[in-house]
Amino acid sequence: MEKIVFNISLFSYLGASLGYFVYLVYRKPVVSTIATATVGAGLLAHTVWLGLRSMETGHGPYTTSFEIGMFFAWLIVVVYFLTEWNFKIKDLGAFVLPLAFLAVLFSAFLSKDVAFVRESQPFWLTLHRTLSVMGYAAFTIAFAAAIMYLIQENQVKSKKLGIMYFRMPSLEVLDKLNDKVITIGFPLFTLGFMTGPLWKAKMDMPVLAWDITKTWPLVIVWVIYGVIFFGRMFSGIRGKKAAQGAIVGFVMVVLTYFLHV
Amino acid sequence: MADPNLVLVGVNHKMTPVEIRERLAFSAGEIEASLERLVSHPEVIENIILSTCNRVEIYARVRDTSKGISLLKDFICDYHNIPVGDLDNYFYSFQGEHAVEHLFRVSSSLDSMVLGEAQILGQVKDAYSLARSLRSTGMVLNQLFEKAFNVAKKVREETGIAERGVSISSAAVELARKIFEDLENRSVMLVGTGEMAELAAKNLINYGVKTVYVCSRTYERAEALAKTLNGCALDFDMFKEEMHKADIVITSTASPKFIIKKDMVEHAIHQRKNKPIFFIDIAVPRDIEPEVNDLDSVYLYDIDDLQSVVSANVKEREKEAETAMELISNEVTKFNNWVVSLDAVPTIVEIRNRAESIRKNELEKALNKMGPLSEEDKNTLTLMTQSILNKIFHKPTINLKKQTQSQEGHVYLKTIRHLFHLDD
Repeated sequence: MEKIVFNISLFSYLGASLGYFVYLVYRKPVVSTIATATVGAGLLAHTVWLGLRSMETGHGPYTTSFEIGMFFAWLIVVVYFLTEWNFKIKDLGAFVLPLAFLAVLFSAFLSKDVAFVRESQPFWLTLHRTLSVMGYAAFTIAFAAAIMYLIQENQVKSKKLGIMYFRMPSLEVLDKLNDKVITIGFPLFTLGFMTGPLWKAKMDMPVLAWDITKTWPLVIVWVIYGVIFFGRMFSGIRGKKAAQGAIVGFVMVVLTYFLHV
Repeated sequence: MADPNLVLVGVNHKMTPVEIRERLAFSAGEIEASLERLVSHPEVIENIILSTCNRVEIYARVRDTSKGISLLKDFICDYHNIPVGDLDNYFYSFQGEHAVEHLFRVSSSLDSMVLGEAQILGQVKDAYSLARSLRSTGMVLNQLFEKAFNVAKKVREETGIAERGVSISSAAVELARKIFEDLENRSVMLVGTGEMAELAAKNLINYGVKTVYVCSRTYERAEALAKTLNGCALDFDMFKEEMHKADIVITSTASPKFIIKKDMVEHAIHQRKNKPIFFIDIAVPRDIEPEVNDLDSVYLYDIDDLQSVVSANVKEREKEAETAMELISNEVTKFNNWVVSLDAVPTIVEIRNRAESIRKNELEKALNKMGPLSEEDKNTLTLMTQSILNKIFHKPTINLKKQTQSQEGHVYLKTIRHLFHLDD
C-alpha cells in the first residue's frame, strides 16, 4: 500500500510537470485543469503516504533523509497550491512541479529503513525539522519564481520578445511572489535553524560541537536569505538582485541537503 | 426540417472600396426597418443584418437558397437606391457551411483589417441582439450566432490572435504591463509634447495610470497638454529632479542631443530604491542615451524597438490565425452536425405517430371482437400495446439520433424515411 501511494504521487508529479509545461507553451486551458487535478491526486496520495509512514515508524516524517526528502516534496506541493491559489500563476507549476518530482524521485533511491528514535526530546526535534523544511519549501518556490523572473527580465531587457514574454506573468508579480515567500520562509527557516542547538542543549549534547562541514553551508544559506529579507526592507534589494539571490540561496540549500544525506 | 438554407450576402473591406461600403451601410434605425421588412417577406424565415465600417452583411435562412441570395442582393441595392447591376462584382455570397464558416471567421476577427481586433465581436453581438429583440431570428440563427460567440471566445483564449499589440502605443502599454502588471495608480511623465507621446499617454491612462506630469520647453504647451490629460505641467528643467517619481517616462522632444543621460537615470533609480522605470523614447533623433538600458531595473525602448516589436507581433498574429482556422473548421463541422440532428426529431415523431395510429386501430378492432370486457382489462390491453411500441422504438430512436450526428447522417435519415414510406 505504501508503495502504491508512493508511486501514484511520483507519477502524478511527473505527469503534472509535463502538463504544466505543455500549458506554458501551447496555452490549452484543458491541459492546465488536468495538470492541477493531477497534482491534487498526487498530493492526496503523498499525504496518505506520510500518514502510513508515520503510523509505521511511530513518529513524524523527519528522522531519516528519506523521510525528510518526502516531507520536503510534500511541503513544496502544498506551498505551490497555496501560491497558485493566491497569485493565480498557473505557469509556476511548470517550474515547481519538476522540483517536487525530483525530490520524490531522489528520495526513492534513499534507504527506506526505519530509524530508531532514541531522542528524549521529540518535541524540539519535531519543531526544528518541521520549521526548517517549511523554510526550504518556501525557498523552492522563491527559486522557481526567480527563474521565471530572470527569463522574463531578459526578454524585456534584450527586446527579443519570445513566446515566454507573452506567457509569463509580469516582472512585478514575480518579484512580489519572491518577496512573499521569502518574507514567510526566512523567519521559519531562522526559527528552525535556532531550535537545532536548542534541541541539542535539551539533549544534553554539547551545543557548539557541530559538524562544521555540515553546518557552514547552512550559515551561508541563512546569510543569503537574510540579505534578501532585510535588504528588501531597508536598502531596496528587489527585482533582479532578489531573483539572483534566491537562485544562489537555493543552490546552497540543495548542496546542504546533499551534505546531510 | 430539411436543409436549413442558410445564406449570407455582403461586402467587406477586402473587396469593396470605402466609397461603396459607405453607400451600402445601414444605420441602427435602418437596420430595424430592414429586418422587419425582410422577415415579413415570404422567402425569408430568419435574418440578421451586420453593418460596420468595414462590412455590410445579411445572414438569413430562406426557403430557397439561390432565390434568397438574389433577393438579399436586390434588397441591399434597392434600399440604398443603387442599380443592382452596378455592384455585382463587389458582393460575395455564401450558403450552408460556407456561410457558417464566414460568420465564425468574422466574429473571431480573422476577417478584420487588423487581425484579432476586439471590436468586431461586440458589433456582431449588437447586430444579433437587435435582430433577436425584433424577433427576426429563429432557432437556427440563434444557435448559429450563440455558437459564433463561443467560437470567438475560444479563439481568443486558445490562440494568441489577440495577445500581442499591433500598434506602437498598444505594444508600449503591453510592455508596461509586463513590467508593472497593474497600471492602476502608476505615474507617467511626458518630456516633450509630441502627438505620439500624447497618444501613448492616453492609452496608459485608459489602463488606469493616475498621475501625469508634462514637461515641455514651452510651458504653455505643457500646460495645455496637461489639461487634456488631467495631469500637471512642470518647468522643463524640472524633469531631472522629478524623474524618480515617474514609473513610465515618455520622451518626444525635438532636441538634437540626448537629454536623458545614464548618470541621471542612475540617480533617479537610486532615489526610487531600485523600483523600475520604463522609458519610451519616441523622439527622432533620440532623447535618451541608449546605455540607460544597461542599468538594472531600467527598461528603454526607442521608436525602432517598438516598431520591430509591432512587426513581430503582426507576423505572430498571422501565424495564430492559421491555428484559429483549424479550430473554426472543427466548429463548423460541429454546427453542421447540430443542423443535421435537427432532422432526426421530426422523422422520429412521424414514425411514432404512424405507429400510434396503427396501434389504436388494431386495438379497437380487437376490443370489438372480444365482446364486453371490464375497464381494468381494457386498460391492461392498452398499456400492453403501448409498451410494445415503446420497447420496439426505444433503440431505433436512440440510434437514429446518434447516427444523424455522424457525417453520413443525412443518408441514414433518408433510408429510414424511405423504409417507413414517410415521403410519398
